[in-house]
Amino acid sequence: MTALVPDPPTRRNTEAALVVFAVLVSVAAYASVGYVQTGHLPASLAAYGGGLGVLVLVAHGVVRKFAPYADPLLLPAVTLLNGLGLVLIYRIDLAQPSQPGDPGQQLAWTALGIGLFCAVLIVVRDHRQLRRYTYTAMFAGIALLALPAILPAAYSPTINGSRIWLRFAGFSIQPGEFAKLLLIISFAGYLVAKRDVLALASRRVLGLDLPRGRDLGPILVAWGASLLILIREKDLGTSLLFFGVFVVLLYIATERLSWLLFGVTLFASGAFFAYQVFSHVQLRVDTWLDPEAFYQSGQSYQLMEGLFGLASGGILGSGLGQGLPARVPYASTDFIVAAIGEELGLTGLVAILLLYAIVVERGLRAAIGVRDPFGKLLAAGLAFSMALQVFVVVGGVTGLIPLTGLTTPFLSYGGSSLVANWALIALLLRISDSARRPIPVETDSTTTMRAAPDDATQVMKS
Amino acid sequence: MAVVAAVMLFALLINANIRQVVTADEYRDKPYNRRTLLAEYSRPRGPILVGDREIASSQETKGELKFQRKYADGSVYAPVTGYISPVFGATAIERAENAYLNGTADEFFVRRVLDLLTKQQQKPGSVRLTLDDRAQQAAYENLTATGRKGAVVALDPRTGAVLAMVSVPSYDPNRIASNNISEATRYRERLEKDPDRPLDNRAILHRYPPGSVFKVVTAAAALSNGYRPDTEVPAPAALDLPQTTRDLPNYDGRACGPGDRTTLLNALRISCNTAFGAIGLDLGGDKLRETAERFGLNQELDFPMEEATSIFPEDPDQPQTALSAIGQFDVAITPLQAAMIAAGVANGGIVMQPYLVQEVRGPDLTTVYEADPKQMPNQPAISPQVASDLTTMMIDVVENGTGQNAQIPGMLVAGKTGTAQHGEGTRPHAWFVSFAPANDPQIAVAVVVESGLDDPSDISGGRLAAPIAKAVMEAYLR
Repeated sequence: MTALVPDPPTRRNTEAALVVFAVLVSVAAYASVGYVQTGHLPASLAAYGGGLGVLVLVAHGVVRKFAPYADPLLLPAVTLLNGLGLVLIYRIDLAQPSQPGDPGQQLAWTALGIGLFCAVLIVVRDHRQLRRYTYTAMFAGIALLALPAILPAAYSPTINGSRIWLRFAGFSIQPGEFAKLLLIISFAGYLVAKRDVLALASRRVLGLDLPRGRDLGPILVAWGASLLILIREKDLGTSLLFFGVFVVLLYIATERLSWLLFGVTLFASGAFFAYQVFSHVQLRVDTWLDPEAFYQSGQSYQLMEGLFGLASGGILGSGLGQGLPARVPYASTDFIVAAIGEELGLTGLVAILLLYAIVVERGLRAAIGVRDPFGKLLAAGLAFSMALQVFVVVGGVTGLIPLTGLTTPFLSYGGSSLVANWALIALLLRISDSARRPIPVETDSTTTMRAAPDDATQVMKS
Repeated sequence: MAVVAAVMLFALLINANIRQVVTADEYRDKPYNRRTLLAEYSRPRGPILVGDREIASSQETKGELKFQRKYADGSVYAPVTGYISPVFGATAIERAENAYLNGTADEFFVRRVLDLLTKQQQKPGSVRLTLDDRAQQAAYENLTATGRKGAVVALDPRTGAVLAMVSVPSYDPNRIASNNISEATRYRERLEKDPDRPLDNRAILHRYPPGSVFKVVTAAAALSNGYRPDTEVPAPAALDLPQTTRDLPNYDGRACGPGDRTTLLNALRISCNTAFGAIGLDLGGDKLRETAERFGLNQELDFPMEEATSIFPEDPDQPQTALSAIGQFDVAITPLQAAMIAAGVANGGIVMQPYLVQEVRGPDLTTVYEADPKQMPNQPAISPQVASDLTTMMIDVVENGTGQNAQIPGMLVAGKTGTAQHGEGTRPHAWFVSFAPANDPQIAVAVVVESGLDDPSDISGGRLAAPIAKAVMEAYLR
């Protein structure tokens, strides 16, 4: 018998207040864009503000009901990102209707994303359920990833040099975004099962614990798979993302530095190989090293225009609706970060990066707090994938690393990415709920242990 | 892993700072950054004024670029204003005063912050030139009327303020500044290929052999070294050049005075080559060069646009010294430099630094810059006594000598003609430098007309160039 401890606060009201704040900020930004561009408040303001408000309040309600102890900062942070994304898409659409990006469409996708978000929270009552689907998720994930490469061109057209789209019945989706989620689930499940053998069986060479040859299988498979993505689909970003997340999860699962070093070596050799063999990889690297040299030929036009936009933004930015973000091709998808840097300045860009940092930090905190190893790996994988994706796309746009085509989570125009990321946040909330939920104390015989049987090995602290 | 995430975050933050703050200016100024251009053309550009008249102004258009530059009397003022084009950038005053005209000058900083806070559109400053509309128009009209190429520069001898600066043939800056880019490109390409070089500001960019107008400098050197106006000098029909078999003849093949001698006064009056060649030999290259350099030769003028430095040769031997003394050999000066020589004499021996911008006003009409006349280095170029003697001699040139076409009724005018050889088989350039009123100088003018008349004597300078100088002085003093 343990003494009765008062339940820790759920912080749901904090979440509600912050969500409302995030919606208000987005609405104010939307109104400001409309006013600056057209001279009056946009007619779509009510529909937009109301729509976003209702959607995220529904999301909040679902969290309140189905994940009452979940982290209170995740939902407001992504609400603000999603809301500002809508504002920027609206703003770029006003300036250049011919560029892709339609705020109404994005709002519909937001609804779809929040729908999936709610469904995940309602259906997945305990993240450990997912562990059962380790191999299902792996096959589904690989299948989704491979589809564009395998299907005839009618269903998987090459768009902007990459084959990452599926097109059927008038819909286009990027299956890679969903594959990301599935594969992280399967990585986590797989590594929980295999981590002991991967961690312990080793030979010591030169002070490093090197894995046995036969244990190299999984990492080599992951490496080969990401190279295949690169070769068949020419999708640099996704390739990098998958391999990075896998290696990091391997490291977390085994706590062995040698895996990390091995992964980095493989990455380096893969990158070198790709640079030598594939002209499109070479071009990306060359335009990154000296973007000016490729400006006249148009090959670094997008990157340079993005950098010009960032430079013109300066510290405070031109103000929403007062810059020229639409000069950058794909301003509302791949290059939305350049639009932020231009109109909201360094200040706005740093704020956005810190919002991502909050999401990642909260995800990692859930990973630390949750008590089962699968949950730890899953939360860490989800959070790290977000961090890596933001790094790759923002780093690419700002010229820190070579440019790769990845969406900016929650900001970029595009349904697949938005919907998949809402599901990702739902999973993180689910895990954080479990991490912050007070450990059920046996006060009387009617209370049952909530923990699933496969967690019996876990040491519980109270 | 949290460390990895933190490292990535900081890398992004640091890089964002570099892109948006550290290297931002560098990227803003990249020539093909159309963003800067569009921003620059999204607001009106400040006017360039001559007196109270806007000779360059901004007009609203309906195109992608919201404003377009308009030049009034474009070809008259083009050598000074230059142009600003969305494709070709800016030249001359448009470039030199760009920060004031587009409102980004540091002096406007407080104003800009206020505009930013009050959401007012950023306003530009205005630049008022030293030019005088009447002098400028007179110079352009009269030079164009000759049907020849050339340049006119007029200075206020007391300050160095440029009163007129004309270069012919000129061009229409409106057609280069046009937002119709293909049309502008065609026009500019045509100008660039034109062998007459209409885009060059001849007044400061072209160097001409000065010919006899350089005798003013030689006379100044002589008077500064013991000569007097009535000093008798050798003036044979042809001067024997030492160390060579050649000699230096007078154009009419006659001596300039009885007994092959004449006074310095008369030598200048009739522009006697042999006399000034002999004076050059007597003084030597060093003394000639010293005086020339005090008038501004071999010196950069720090002008706000592309300029050429006027030259007096480094180390001439004796025949070269004799030729240099009459403004031939390697002596080459810009029309601006010629005007500075006349202005120096007019100003009692002190040559002033020439300047074009009289005043810059901020968006709120407060004066942020006002011209502050400065002397050239190593002044006075000549003593007040020498200047006074030279003035008397130059008045004599206009009253009784080769420069009679510059006479203005009721006013004393001082001047000197020049006719400069520039290669076999070409017509000589016609020169005239002058100032007026000679007893109270307010304007000094230099005129060069390229390839004047087919006549090696100073008739060409007097007939072609002197009337233009006279017209400019009359227009200004009227």
